[in-house]
Amino acid sequence: MTEGEFSPLVRKENSVSESDLRPSPLDGVHVAAGAAFTGFAGWKMPVRYGSDLAEHETVRTAAGLFDLSHMAEFIVQGTHAAAFLDYALAGQASVIAPGRAKYSLLLADSGGILDDLVVYRLDDQRFLVVANAGNHDVVAAALDERQAEFDVAARDDTDQCALIAVQGPDTLAVLSRIESLVLPDQLTFADLKYYSIAEGHYGEIPTLVARTGYTGEDGFELYLDAAAAPALWAELVAAGAVACGLAARDTLRLEAGMPLYGHELSTDTFPVQAGIGRVVALGKPGDFVGRGAVEAGPPAGARVLVGLVAEGKRAGRAGYPVLRDGEVIGEVTSGALSPTLGIPIAMAYVDPDASAVGTELALDVRGTAIPARVVPLPFYSRKAAS
Amino acid sequence: MSETQYTKDHEWVTVDGDIATVGITTYAADKLGDVVYVDLPGAGTTVASGRVVGEIESTKSVGELFAPVDGEVVERNEAVIADPSMVNADPMGAAWLIKVRFTNLPDLLSAAEYEELTA
Repeated sequence: MTEGEFSPLVRKENSVSESDLRPSPLDGVHVAAGAAFTGFAGWKMPVRYGSDLAEHETVRTAAGLFDLSHMAEFIVQGTHAAAFLDYALAGQASVIAPGRAKYSLLLADSGGILDDLVVYRLDDQRFLVVANAGNHDVVAAALDERQAEFDVAARDDTDQCALIAVQGPDTLAVLSRIESLVLPDQLTFADLKYYSIAEGHYGEIPTLVARTGYTGEDGFELYLDAAAAPALWAELVAAGAVACGLAARDTLRLEAGMPLYGHELSTDTFPVQAGIGRVVALGKPGDFVGRGAVEAGPPAGARVLVGLVAEGKRAGRAGYPVLRDGEVIGEVTSGALSPTLGIPIAMAYVDPDASAVGTELALDVRGTAIPARVVPLPFYSRKAAS
Repeated sequence: MSETQYTKDHEWVTVDGDIATVGITTYAADKLGDVVYVDLPGAGTTVASGRVVGEIESTKSVGELFAPVDGEVVERNEAVIADPSMVNADPMGAAWLIKVRFTNLPDLLSAAEYEELTA
């Protein structure tokens, strides 16, 4: 074993000095709950409260609670808000109906992905754009630079905005027990469709209630003032939601085949390589950043993202080579022993001619070639919502 | 049996005659998270202190097991291989990993020294 492969039981990044990290508005709650923490994009966030496998299962079978206050929130408003987002992002924000949401991408001129984000249309001239914590500065700069010709303002709400996600089949039941959390116009939580948002209240506090998530389950995301977040969190716990950390969030999104920026997505990745070419609205009128490059497409032979299922119990991890007949034809970007399925799953970029479903490949797991097969994504789908 | 001693690689060692029993510490098990796969050397394997002899995988990461002594493995804990979650439940007891007949026992850390390392 070479020194480069040295991986001690306790990794350095797990023991990063917490004093250098930014606490979430819910930090006190997490400490009191005995959470283990990790550094994530400069934030001190809970990685697990007890068993990450139990937390994962809770989201698949009941209701889990996540603190996502590290995520970046921007309010984009003005008479040109929709036209501006059509230019700045890859999707077509102008066709999102008020109260609805769409998954989108921030592209570079090169066609590479600067971030993946969710765009919520609050009303005609006002959008909420939610970006990854690790890309906060890149997104803030792009929203600033790209608005020169538009009558629009992008306000960065990240500092004062907390984000709490409730995810899992029991989410509706949990939310219905929080009497002080109300939606406008006598809407019930069940009325809110998947990928919708409503401006509700938690007591007197304006709270954006969105039916979105990153787990593959039904669920809601609640955006509200940081100062009010601990009280809402406590009510949600009392109503039956179980606190879950980022470890469970990662295995949940992996099973659901959802890309994670920095793993499946990067500035070197074209959307089509990541299987999210449909997110780019090439049919929309006018120019948008990255259009030329995306229309030209990635270089011939560029690797594409696939799902892999391997034999045994050893998981391929990010960075591990993918082999065909002993030759490296790809690389794993995320992998784990699937808690729900009990088999090793991975997402990987592979050569196009090795990407067809059913192709027999192998994962180089620290020197051992483990047979693996290309499968369709996602690995896990919940039963059709009732 | 001797007092439990420790390594800087977050393993524990107890010595009974010329047999050293090796496991990972509660601190390491907590840091790893839920252990889902354990790979251990079988009886008869020659090990050298500081060398990787096994793997402990959690949902989130892979940890390597280092041999804390020179010698030959006499037994591995098959129960842990069958049920890796034992490592989280009882890392310092039932989830011992290997027993090694040692020929050389390097200097190890006392409980107090190890505690200082993880403080």
